[in-house]
Formats: sequence, C-alpha cells, structure tokens
Amino acid sequence: MLRILKDLLRYNREFALGAFLVLLIVAMSLASFFSPYPSGMQYVVPFDMPPSWTYPFGTNSRGQDVFWQLTFAIRNSLLFGITVAFLSRVLALAVGLISGYIGGMVDRILMSINDTFVVFPPFPILVLVYFIFKDHMSWALLAVAMASLGWPYDARLIRSVALSLRTREFTTQSLFSGMSTRQILVEEHLPYVLPIVFATTMNNINWSIGLEVTLSVIGFTNIETPTIGTMIYWANQHTALVAGVWWWIAFPVGLVIMTFIGLYLLSVSMNEYIDPRSRLSRMGGTA
Amino acid sequence: MAGYALYVLRRFGQFLLVVFVGINIAFFVTHATPIDPITSAIAAATRFSQADPQAVQMTRVALRELYGLQGSLWEQYVAFWMRVARADFGPALSAFPTPVSTLIWRALPWTFGLLSVATLIAWGLGNLLGGLAGYYRRNVMLKVFGVVASGLQPIPNYVMAFVVLVLFGYVWPILPITGSAQINLAQGWTFAYFHSVFQHALLPVLSLVLVGTGAWFIGMRALVSNIVTEDYVTYAELGGVDHRRILLSYVMRNALMPQVTGLALSLGLIFNGAVITEVVFGYPGLGNLLIRAVYAGDYSLVIGIASMSIIAVAFAALVIDLILPLLDPRVRVA
Amino acid sequence: MPQSGRDNASADGPRPAAEGALALAVDNLRAYYLMHYFGVEREVRAVDDISLVVRRNEIYGIAGESSCGKTTFLKTIAAAVRPPLTVIGGSARYGFVDRDIYALSPAELSAIRWRRLSYITQGSMNVLNPVRRVRQSFVDFAFRHMKLNRRAFFAAVEQHLQRLRLTANVLDAYPHELSGGMKQRVTIALATICHPDFIIADEPTTALDVIVQKDVLAMIRDAQQQFGSSMLFVTHDMTVHANIADRLGIMYAGRLLEEAPTIEIFKNPMHPYTAHLVASLPRIGEQSRKESLSGAPPNLADPPKGCRFHPRCPLAMDVCREASPALTTLAPGHRVACYSASPLVKPSATAERASRAEPVGMVP
Repeated sequence: MLRILKDLLRYNREFALGAFLVLLIVAMSLASFFSPYPSGMQYVVPFDMPPSWTYPFGTNSRGQDVFWQLTFAIRNSLLFGITVAFLSRVLALAVGLISGYIGGMVDRILMSINDTFVVFPPFPILVLVYFIFKDHMSWALLAVAMASLGWPYDARLIRSVALSLRTREFTTQSLFSGMSTRQILVEEHLPYVLPIVFATTMNNINWSIGLEVTLSVIGFTNIETPTIGTMIYWANQHTALVAGVWWWIAFPVGLVIMTFIGLYLLSVSMNEYIDPRSRLSRMGGTA
Repeated sequence: MAGYALYVLRRFGQFLLVVFVGINIAFFVTHATPIDPITSAIAAATRFSQADPQAVQMTRVALRELYGLQGSLWEQYVAFWMRVARADFGPALSAFPTPVSTLIWRALPWTFGLLSVATLIAWGLGNLLGGLAGYYRRNVMLKVFGVVASGLQPIPNYVMAFVVLVLFGYVWPILPITGSAQINLAQGWTFAYFHSVFQHALLPVLSLVLVGTGAWFIGMRALVSNIVTEDYVTYAELGGVDHRRILLSYVMRNALMPQVTGLALSLGLIFNGAVITEVVFGYPGLGNLLIRAVYAGDYSLVIGIASMSIIAVAFAALVIDLILPLLDPRVRVA
Repeated sequence: MPQSGRDNASADGPRPAAEGALALAVDNLRAYYLMHYFGVEREVRAVDDISLVVRRNEIYGIAGESSCGKTTFLKTIAAAVRPPLTVIGGSARYGFVDRDIYALSPAELSAIRWRRLSYITQGSMNVLNPVRRVRQSFVDFAFRHMKLNRRAFFAAVEQHLQRLRLTANVLDAYPHELSGGMKQRVTIALATICHPDFIIADEPTTALDVIVQKDVLAMIRDAQQQFGSSMLFVTHDMTVHANIADRLGIMYAGRLLEEAPTIEIFKNPMHPYTAHLVASLPRIGEQSRKESLSGAPPNLADPPKGCRFHPRCPLAMDVCREASPALTTLAPGHRVACYSASPLVKPSATAERASRAEPVGMVP
C-alpha cells in the first residue's frame, strides 16, 4: 500500500497536487492548537484591519484575527466532514456488502430502501430537522442526520463490487473451507472494497462540508462554533462585502475551495489508479 | 408489452413507497422530538412583551388545532395522512389564511423552471462535450475544458452561487441578482415580461450549469473511454464506418443509458442544488419559501415544503425510470 | 495498368496492382507495444519480423498458442494499429492496392475497408451495435460501397443472406436476440456482402460448440469459394486448419517457424514445435500417452536471445542460443526456421535488428 502511494505521488500529477493541497489544509487545522486567541473570544484585536504582516489575513468586524479564526474554522469543518463520511461509510459498507453478498430477498429489500433514500433531497430535510430542534441543534445531531442521507449512492457502488466478488472463485473456496459469512465479508472482500471506499470517502467529505457551509451560512447550525460556514454567516451579518471587508469572506471561501479541489483530486486519481483500463491509457495507449 | 406494464406497476409501487416513507419521516421527526413547537411558537410571540395567560391558553388551543396536534399520536397520524391525501397542509402561519398548498403552487413553477433549464443544459452540454472528449482524446480544447471541469466540479452549489453573485453583483454588475422578474412589471404573456424573467434567471441558471456540467462531462468522458474499447466499436472502425457515425450511433447512443440512469439517481442532489441557489439569488422558488418559513416559525409551511420536495423528486425519478427501458432494447422488463 | 476484372479503379479508392499479383505480401513486418508507466519503459515484441505471402483465392492458416502474437499480427495487417501498438518496420502490401497499406491516407483506407478488406472476429458476441437492429449494421458497413438506392440495397442484402442460407428476418433482430452461432453467421454474411478481395478471420469458430463450428466452417468455405476471396485464417485449433486451410504457417512468440501446404505440415513437419503440435492431436485408435512441452511461451517483453523456441526445444544446439534462424525454403513451398532441420538454414539477417527502445524488463 505504501508503495502504491509512493508511485502515485511520483508519477500522478493529480494525486501529488491533491495531496499537497490536503496537507496544507491539515497543517492549517493543526495550527489551531497554537492559536494565541481562544476560538470563542471576540474583540481581541482591532476591527476590520486589512491583511498585513501583523495580521496575515486581516481582522474582522467582531475583533477577531481572521487567520487564527480560520484555523479553527477549517479544523471544525474538516472534523465534521470526516465524522459524517465515517458514519455514512459504515452504513454504506454494511448495506452494500450484505446486499451484494447475500442477495435474494434481503438484497431486494435493502435496495428498495436504498432507492427510497437516494431520492430524498437532503437540504429540505435537514432544514426541517433544524426547524424542529432549533436551539437544541448540535453538531452531533446534524452529523447523524447527514450520514443517514449520504449513504445510498455509495452503498450501490459497494454492492456491485460485492456482487462481482461473490461469483469469483476464491469466495467459493472460502465457503467450502468453512468460513462464516461474516468472516468472508471482513477478511476476504474488504481488501477489494477498501480502495473504492477510500475514493468515495473523499467525495463524501466534500459533500458534507459543502452542505455544512450551506446550512451555516443561512444560520441553521450552531453559529457560535467557528466553521467555514459560520464565518461566512457572520461576515454576511456584518455586511462585510458592502463594508469592504472582503478578506473576511475571501479567505474562508478560498480555503474551502482548496479543500474541495484537493480531496477531489485525491479521489479521482485513486479511482484512476484502481481502474485497469485507465491505467492502460496512462501507459501510452488510447484505451 | 406485458412485461413493460408490470414494470410500470412495480416502479409506481416504489414511487408510492418513497412518498410514504418520506412523509412518514417528516411526520415522526416533528413528533418524536422533545421540543414542543407550540411552546416555541408562543415563546417567540411573547418574547418581547407580557401576555395575558388566558390569551396564551386560547392561542395554545388554536395552534394545537392548526398544527393538528390534538388527540393521541395515532389520531394525529390518521388526521395528518387524511389531509396529505387531499394535498392539504393547512394554512400557512406566516401568510394566514393562505393555505400552504397555494404558496407551494406559486413557488413550484419557478423552482421547476430553474431546475429543468439548468439540468437540461448541464446534462446535455456535459454529455456532449464529455463524449467528444472521450472519443477525440488528442483535442487540445477538449483537454483544457476537462481541466476546467475538474476544477469546477467539486465546488458545492452554495459556494458557486455565492461566487457568481459576487462576480456579477458587485464586481461586474451587469445582471440582476435577486427576484424572478422586475418587480413593477405586470405578469403576463408579454415580451417585456419574458425578457425580464430571462434576465433574472440567467445568473441562477449559470451558477447551476457551471457546477453541473463538470460532473456530467467527467462521467461521460470516462464512460466513453470505456465504450471505445468495446468490440462493436473496434469492429466498426475495422469496417471503415464513418467516424461521425461511430461517435453518434455506436458510442454516444450506448453511453446514453447509463447517463440517463445517473440522471435519475442524481435528481435528489440536483433539486438540492437548485433550492440552495434560489436562496442565494432570492429566487422565488421553494428554496426561498422554505428559508423564510423557518425564519417565521411557520410549522405547516415547512412540513409542506419538505413533503412536496420529496414527492417532486420521487416523481421525476419515476418518469425517468419509466422512459429508460424504452431506450435500451436489451433491458428485459419481464 | 491492367485492371482486375471485378472493379472500377477510379471510382472506389486507390489503384489496384497488376493482374496475377499476390493477394497479400508481408515483408519483415514488426509491430511492438511501446509503453512507459511510472518511469519504466516496456516494449512487447508481438510481431517480430514476419514475412509471408498469400496467393489469390487461397486460404492461408496461421496456427500457434495463445499470446504468440497472432491477433496482434492480424490487427497490424488490417491497419488497425492504435497506440501503444506501433508498427516499427516492414511493409504489408495487398493485391488490390499499389502501395504499402501503411502509406495510405485515412480516406483511401476508408474506401478499401469492407469493400476490399474485411474482418471476421472471434466470438462475435459483441461485435454488432447492441442498440441497433442488424439491418442497421449492414447499412453502416456496406451501404456506401454498394452504391445502390435503399430498396435495391436491401434486396441485395437479402439475396446475399439467402445464398448463405440465412433467413431475411434476421435483419430485424437485435444482436442480443440471436444465439452465438447465429451471430457468427450473420457476421460472416456481413463480412462478405461486398465480395471483398481479402478476408481476415480471427478465431471465428473458437467460442462455438463443435456442431455449430462445422456449420460455420462450411459457410466460410462456401463464401470463399463463391466470391473468390483470399483469406488469412487464424486459430490455435489444428483440426480446423486441417479442415479449411490451403497453406499453413506456424507462429511462435511473434515469429514464423514453419510454413507449408497443410498436407505437408501434417505429414512432414520439419520444426520440432510443429511436430509437437501435430503429434498432440489425438488420432482414432491411438492409445499412447501425449507428452507436453516443458516450460511456457516466452515473455514477449523480454524474449530469449536467438531462436525464440530454444528454451523448450529438445533439439536445441549452441547456435540456437546465439542467432535466430532464417525462414529458408527446404522443399517446394515448404519454409522452415530451424537449424536442426537442415544445414542450409543460416542465421537471419533481419531478425536481430535492434529495436527502437531498450527493453528494461518487467513492470513492478
């Protein structure tokens, strides 16, 4: 696995660029632990100062240093995205593997459920959830809600992989040698399924951060927690653009776009590496 | 043909299931919470003033009836479903006594229009260019487009809408950034009205198209690259069949089915994107209505819109799923 | 320049060569797969210095195990060369064209495809467009060549199908509605509709059961005789070659080892590999044990020096390890590339020409 990563880094430009961007983002979030100002405090620095040497990203109308605020913001957004991705992976893997392997009635029922959930538009439902819980809305609750809406697409992908694995020879061999269904699923199939899961995880993180930003900007999350979305929310509240405090919006947006592109590049290059036909075209063929 | 009829029946059954489950979720989310909407509504109303306890009590009873919260859970459930069956979600609190259905019907065409136009352009353009890019791999312009698409594709709808808003609203203000048409212009089948509608729709559609095209382009390009290695394509090339014919009839036509299926699966996300974009541009569709309903604490309207969204997307998916077998002669619907 | 009786030179494509010429002449043809992947260069020598001729109206069979380069050879001959496959050197000249096929422009190639040169492929499971009816495939491939209006065209197609004992309603079917054998027969009808001068057949009977195989072979023979096409027929199945090939060439690791009329190959094989192939066929009443050759076919990315067969050859000598033998005529119409067959066989002058890129071994 390490050699694959090394090869990818050296020869695949997209992977290298993606890895670089993601590393930058992670570095930013780790920097939050060194912040001279605790995240919740306001009015610790002069207002609305443009970017300079003392304040590299400037300061905002709430008296916070944009740079340090951003480190907290990106850390929280990233953590949130990873949590949602993790939870929905668990669901997607469970449904996909069970459905693909056991087949028959179980498969049809699970796929029916899948088809039902895949059609739900996440935004109206999340807004409804917010509406009900209002001030009792926590990040954990939001993460659970999002995870329960974000699993169906990938569950299908995993199911088709499981289906094809089911008919391969090493599976029947394992069956005949007496392994239980659970054992086969975990020990034999998982190594094949994991690369696809990795690629879809990147996508899912993008999706959940995107949704978080959307909800936060409208104010439908806990706006006291610094995240990318809530930063933009506060900027809008203080009409930053009109007041000319462009750096309050530009840097969070720029950073989050970097995150999206970085994760996307990782997922795409990983996908390409896995798919043997695209590998052939990289070798110089036209396939 | 009997096979197809059975398929229609089965698919329609799935549609009903989706609607049933979705609306049930909406119902139970609202009723399973420890938070009492009536208490929060009254708290919101009495936040800045004192209120006569008797008046509060009467309001409480009235609201209870309005929200359909009287009786046991089972009675509420039955009453709720009876109303939903009549497409009656009750009156909208924020626009009393206009029924929720009316408000939704007014907003729906705007969302639908925005959605269909943007999706048609994004899907059509993305697939066309993606198909060309997958077939003519050496074309520089298509390669550049591919890079741009890859860059734009991961950006979520809100961020893109926001960037478009800033670009065309502040940096280069040539297009209107809110509303569906000029406010003082009378609605009607006049050119001036259509022109105004067109102008106001331009930015939201642009925002949706920028994000959507990239995704379809990349998917189609990958799909076409695989199809090009299929036996029937190489055989057609060996047969000297005209390249344009191969591209259209052998490659694109075979890529069509998976892409239509993909469209059906993505409808939830596309609707999502449209709704979010509306919020940014103040477009009077369901998205905007939803947000304003939340701000106003309008319980019935929020449930109504959430339910309606689910029904709308499920219906669109149904339509596409019914068209699909007609496109692919290999699908045996028996 | 005298013209072949059947065609009209100016109207369709490049000018034909002289009457009585060969149907196909291949000279020192080399085609390699050139690949670079994660910093490693790799060169697979699938077709390595092949020279042969196919006469008019004859069926030339090519036999050999899997991955000996047969299919690549056919692709190269059909000018269906796509990267990473590259033609390194040599030429292939058809009788109906006055130039090397690789010197033709795309427009000229398109004019001769199907009209002069057609292709029958293995399995035919997936060679017809799955979303169109069979009649559309006929239109796509043949309409532009036949120069008839639609009605006359379809009449001609139906007549052609009848001659090959297929019913006309097969035209209205979708490919997935036909059985494997039926699909193969339709493909053969498709390949012969323009009465091409040359047909390339790549394992056309391999994916079929024996009974259908018999029918398909009969159909191929029938079509070839009726329309007088020359044919290059590739299969690993020696019994099929016995049935249908006039002359037979044995291919191994990208090179030709032996070539002779089919009867000669079976009666008097002069190359140890050929002898083994022939001996391994069961004969009625035989009860002896069959020995298999030791080892496996060489890796074409890193083939052995000298004669490609020497690691597995029971008769290998020192000279076999040094230089590759030239294909030498040892009897009328019988060419062999083996030192132990005769002292007349000398090292080949062309075989060891250095390739473009140095092979660096296998991909990690």
